[in-house]
Amino acid sequence: MTEIPEHLLKRSKSAKAKKAAAAGAEEASTEDTSKIPRALLERSRAAKAKAGGGDAGGGAPSGGGAAPVPAGPSGGGVATLAPPVALGPDGHTQRLLTVVKSGSIQDIKSKPVDKVHTWPHLLAAEFTAALFIMAFTLIFSIFINAPLLTLADANNTPNPAKAPWYFLGLQELLTMFDPMIAGVTLPGVVLVVLGMAPFVDKNPSNKPEDRKFMISLMTVHLMFWAVLTLIGSFFRGPGFNFTYPWDTGLTGIFHL
Amino acid sequence: MANTIQKRKPTITEKIGESTGSMVQKTQESQIWNSIFRPGSIFRKGYTDSPRNRSYVIMNSVLYHLHPVKVKRHAVKVSYTLCLGGLSFFLFILLTVTGIFLMFFYRPTAAAAWSDIAALKTSVTFGLLVRNMHRWAAHLMVLSVFLHMARVFYHGAYKAPREFNWIIGIVLLTLTLLLSFTGYLLPWDQLSYWAVTVGTNMMGFSPVFGDSVRFVLLGGKQIGAETLLRWYVLHVLMLPFVIVIFMAIHFWRVRKDGGISGPL
Ligand code: HEM
Repeated sequence: MTEIPEHLLKRSKSAKAKKAAAAGAEEASTEDTSKIPRALLERSRAAKAKAGGGDAGGGAPSGGGAAPVPAGPSGGGVATLAPPVALGPDGHTQRLLTVVKSGSIQDIKSKPVDKVHTWPHLLAAEFTAALFIMAFTLIFSIFINAPLLTLADANNTPNPAKAPWYFLGLQELLTMFDPMIAGVTLPGVVLVVLGMAPFVDKNPSNKPEDRKFMISLMTVHLMFWAVLTLIGSFFRGPGFNFTYPWDTGLTGIFHL
Repeated sequence: MANTIQKRKPTITEKIGESTGSMVQKTQESQIWNSIFRPGSIFRKGYTDSPRNRSYVIMNSVLYHLHPVKVKRHAVKVSYTLCLGGLSFFLFILLTVTGIFLMFFYRPTAAAAWSDIAALKTSVTFGLLVRNMHRWAAHLMVLSVFLHMARVFYHGAYKAPREFNWIIGIVLLTLTLLLSFTGYLLPWDQLSYWAVTVGTNMMGFSPVFGDSVRFVLLGGKQIGAETLLRWYVLHVLMLPFVIVIFMAIHFWRVRKDGGISGPL
């Protein structure tokens, strides 16, 4: 809401007072309350009288804000006023062609959005989440120790030697493809394709029911990596050969 | 008789209440207090719950750099974001704090690294606990960043106008993985040594620059004392520095792109 500067308010007030005084001096008519300039009312009344041939003075609009729009002589669909019968104030000859509601020509961009205060609604939730994740990490850390094996030894390769879990999908691919493809090309392509997603996916909707294809694609993709990572983590024994976790045991599960 | 009641000696609690009251008032009027808290800060005059003060909490504090005064109603529902981006950020902060603690006790040399880590358990108060927290928080952060990305994808939140923030996100994902991977080497035990060997071998396969990139990163043909120092500097200084910059851009763009996407 913009504030109207005080000097403008004053000016409009004094202008109104002046106008009212002038109107009072001319004639004390019932139309004083109307927002429509008197000249226009008179003109429309005259036009009505001409068209309908009758009661000009009878149906004077007393309080409405809308411009009187009589049916044109030709009976066309466009709401226009008849050409001026008389000159307006000060001899002007403009006429009111049509009244256009603001919505039809203005594109109102900012629609009202349902909002809440960041404090407390968002901050309280964030604070809770922060406490939760800290408590979780703390409690987990009290019970489960980070691994520390023996000192690094370049001459003693453990079997199997595994990458950190988030690279095990890639290591799994290495068993199937040429290292050039599995280790470099594929992850590179995945990153580039992910980056291109917003420019390739031209569908503007974010509703799940409109995006069935994209959602399926991503789900298949995520499942692909999840399965590879799980295989790499739990189904690979000595020599990176396939084993079952119940054969090797899950002793190394927290060797992360 | 009413006189006697009025002139009754104030009890101890009343006295304490009165003097703390005036102490609070004096503090709040002091120049030091007023120089710390800006006009309109809720700490200047105290907080009472009103829409105006709710706005002031954000508007007149450093939080204004992170959050607008108001956010979309659906955006504060945990079920929308699952708080995953926020959790990634909290975990990063937790990692920074625990990581600084660990830096006091760790030397990145082939001779000292392993025994420094081992000594955390035996001769540093809370050493093992803090190391555990650093380790598990790191894995959690990788996980939560992955899940955050999936959440963003499933909400179609990468679409215009958020394309750029999606790209920033991919950079953040890469940086997160690099941070985790460089940290992995530092304990200098059999696990870290060979995991990093396997990991960097994959990198060596890239066609043109693969070998030279690998050489620069490892400081040699294979992992050695130089690698440890390099990865230490990357892990505690360079990558955190870079990721903080990208996070700042990321958070800024979340706001500039009109807040959280949706509702669906
Ligand atoms: C260090 C890692 C990251 C941090 C700390 C982080 C943090 C955040 C936070 C706090 C939000 C606000 C909404 C929410 O919590 O979900 C957000 C939104 C967003 N993030 Fe991330 N993020 C990270 C990584 C990523 C990644 C990997 C991607 C995608 C590749 C990504 C893409 C986005 C996008 C597009 C949004 C806007 C989502 C919306 O409007 O609904 N971010 N991020």
